[in-house]
Amino acid sequence: MRWIPFILSSLITIVLIYALNRSWGGTPPIGRLLSPQHGVWQNAEPADADFNIEIQAPQLKDRVEVYLDERMVPHIFAQNEADAFFVQGYVHAKFRLWQMDFQTRAAAGKLSEILGAGPDDAILNFDRNMRRLGMVYSAEIAVEEAKKDPATNTAVASYTDGVNYYINNLKKSQYPIEYKLLNYEPEQWSFLKTALFLKYMSLDLAGREDDFEMTNAKSIFTKEDFNLIYPITQDSLDPIVPKGSVFDAAGLKLTVPAVADSLYYDYKYDSLQIVPGVKPDPGNGSNNWAVAGTKTQSGRPILCNDPHLSLNLPSLWFEMQIHTPQFNSYGATFPGAPCIIIGFNDNIAWGFTNGMRDVRDYYEITYKDESRSQYLFNNEWLNTSWRVDTIKTKGRVDMIDSVAYVKLGDATCPVMYDHSYTGGRTKGDRHFAVRWKAHDPSNEQKLFYALNHAKTYAEYSEAVKNLQTPGQNIVFSAKTGEVAIWCQGSWPGKWYRQGDFVMPGSDTSFLWQGMIPQPENPHQIITGTGDRGFVSSANQYPTDTTYPYYLGGSYPPYRGLIINRYLSSMSGITPDMMKQLQVENYNVFAEMARPMLLKNIDETSLDNDEKKYLDIFKSWNLRNDVQEKGITVFSQWFDSLEVEVWRDEFKQTDLALVWPDESTLLEGLLRDSAFKFINNINTPESETLPFVVTAAFKKAVKNLKVLESEDRLEWARFKATGVRHLLRQGPLSRLKLAIGGGTHIINATKDYHGPSWRMIVHLTDDIEAYGIYPGGQSGNPGSKYYDNFVDNWAAGQYATLWLMKKGEENDKRVVGKMSFSK
Amino acid sequence: MKFLISIILIALLSFAVGLYLPWWSLALVAFLVAILIHQRAGKSFLTGFLALFFLWGIMAFVIDQQNQQILSAKVSQMLPLGGSGIALILVTGLIGGLVAGFAAMSGSYLRTVRR
Repeated sequence: MRWIPFILSSLITIVLIYALNRSWGGTPPIGRLLSPQHGVWQNAEPADADFNIEIQAPQLKDRVEVYLDERMVPHIFAQNEADAFFVQGYVHAKFRLWQMDFQTRAAAGKLSEILGAGPDDAILNFDRNMRRLGMVYSAEIAVEEAKKDPATNTAVASYTDGVNYYINNLKKSQYPIEYKLLNYEPEQWSFLKTALFLKYMSLDLAGREDDFEMTNAKSIFTKEDFNLIYPITQDSLDPIVPKGSVFDAAGLKLTVPAVADSLYYDYKYDSLQIVPGVKPDPGNGSNNWAVAGTKTQSGRPILCNDPHLSLNLPSLWFEMQIHTPQFNSYGATFPGAPCIIIGFNDNIAWGFTNGMRDVRDYYEITYKDESRSQYLFNNEWLNTSWRVDTIKTKGRVDMIDSVAYVKLGDATCPVMYDHSYTGGRTKGDRHFAVRWKAHDPSNEQKLFYALNHAKTYAEYSEAVKNLQTPGQNIVFSAKTGEVAIWCQGSWPGKWYRQGDFVMPGSDTSFLWQGMIPQPENPHQIITGTGDRGFVSSANQYPTDTTYPYYLGGSYPPYRGLIINRYLSSMSGITPDMMKQLQVENYNVFAEMARPMLLKNIDETSLDNDEKKYLDIFKSWNLRNDVQEKGITVFSQWFDSLEVEVWRDEFKQTDLALVWPDESTLLEGLLRDSAFKFINNINTPESETLPFVVTAAFKKAVKNLKVLESEDRLEWARFKATGVRHLLRQGPLSRLKLAIGGGTHIINATKDYHGPSWRMIVHLTDDIEAYGIYPGGQSGNPGSKYYDNFVDNWAAGQYATLWLMKKGEENDKRVVGKMSFSK
Repeated sequence: MKFLISIILIALLSFAVGLYLPWWSLALVAFLVAILIHQRAGKSFLTGFLALFFLWGIMAFVIDQQNQQILSAKVSQMLPLGGSGIALILVTGLIGGLVAGFAAMSGSYLRTVRR
């Protein structure tokens, strides 16, 4: 009997260890997690941590020195490019390993493996969506293409070696905290992962389409109404390439399919049955501009860029300088890919905004039978090919997903939506293949490589040709004074409304007929004499109506309008003036809307509460500043007006539709106070503009009272901008920041989306540059460098970017040195 | 005396094996020390518990000081312990202490069995 206490006590010990050494649901293994020698305590970086290290790696050819400055920006000095990219990979992994792993997992549709299927299978469906879009398929094609180019091949291969050198020498106790929380281990990096990361950016920037929703809309609206609700451009448009620019006649001749009138332009045609589903995220925007020396105080150009993307911790961006005998470049990098992405070198600066065009279209496939082994194309039954994916899912058996691929003309396209996966966008009884430009062979990595090396306009304009997808507006300026912009991408030449709706895929007639010849892409070069002295883009429609191609896509007009207004009026420009412009909160949309609203509101019908809010709006300075209340009143009022005007038309169907742009309603009302949609089709009387404006205001006031009672009337409190951890963990995020701006504003800061990297480069002899991003260099939540830029970013402040030179090794800004040798 | 020596021995050895072995190796240490230096079960439990409570607690405390509470505040919110770094340190000590305590008690009982 003396055994019993021993057995009991041992059992308790063993069970205790077992319980503390494994995950329970979402709870991490708590024993391992809290062990000071193994768990999260190991990630608590000492505030005065020493970053000096010496590393020997057999892959290196020569010595490489990395100087870490006081903001933890690495300045890499290498003797050759292969070494530089090896060390770039190492440094990215050292500061951002988990994020690199997580983002490429997301791109490949492998999140379920570490996160489980999620509520309502949301994560599993995310994975299936990625796989069915052919993300891995397109990345594999990109790898093949990149390997053909020796420079790209060396860059990515060396980068991969650097990442893996770090991973292979990483002790388990030093794994980033997210691995410990989620209880999994890092995978080896690969060429494919770099390609996957770039494809993820393509998806973010060139993956937007509303083809199903627009097809639904087509089925309920007449052609005239459809074009009023979804216009191609707005009256106020100030395009990227100024109005009146002369374009060559289209080099690509397009044929509209003979059957389009009956089969495609079939408005108010209700045979299509597509169930409502998830709406794609709104597109990502950005601002960039460059002013020529004729407009600056110094006589040298200034280039500015702020890409608007999801605001995450760790940030998408990582600041870095790379110095080799061949190039010396500084800027924001993508952890996951070699080279500087947005930045400058000794001679030039460059930046991006999104091109916004629609390069993702759907074709309906007709299968011969349920086996899906043959499909109809040009009156023949062709064989499908298959890609069988195994989706590992934590806590469940693996899911096997067989995706059919069909050849439509020259393009091989995955059948994304079918009976097995609808994406919430179809009923599952029809089959839709996706034609996405990002599937085509291209080498975008070469774009960055070439820009890092470029010294002149000629080299820049040659470099940009490497960019096929995602199409971007690439702004440029050089020390020598040139300023230019190219709207660059490989874009399908489309006939009117081609690809706005799902298309028949049973023959060649609706396929893309070719790409717009690259020299015909809109572009502008500023010489300084006889021109406006600047280039700019803010995702607006790139040209006036004389450009000979239909573009597709969705283009916000107002940021471009206000940027161009400011730039036109400015002279003697300094970098400080550009900083102010990047964080400018003036609301040009409200400037256009306010007179119309005030003219039409029936003030006599307002009670005292309502009058109080109207007075706030009347006395508002039209700025989306942190403490303004007028903008909150305006945003509630306009939202409410949209509902008043559109709801009756959109309630005609349960189908998923895309809500019209705000600009469409505003400019429709400005153009015509009897805009036909004002009338509520469900009432006998005909509503007028004053009626709906007043009704909308009264409804808005109800919301405003609630907001005021919650002390959320001030704009920043209402908007509640936050920078969220990639796992959406509140304690690892920075929420409710005091920052103004918003939609239509140059400072385009929304709730979790906004200027992800602000950069200003003054092309003086030594290059004067400023930048900031809402994050910090370290991806480790236990480091003081995790989020140390966030407050300054929110306050509209900038850091001075230091293009370090040889001989400055002992500068007081250097706080650490990493030495690499063979 | 036995009591104090046991505590010190368990703490030191646990620290040493923790550098190379998984976190639960501390249980083996506590178990073996309790066999080697025999005490009554309750006392053994207490030696194991105190050894690891202080070892883990002090290590966590020192790390937390050097880190200026940056991480403990975040992890403590996630667990959730209300964002208190001290609470996280105490829970850390408690977990190490419990495992070592039961392991040491098992060692003590085994010695009783063999006698």
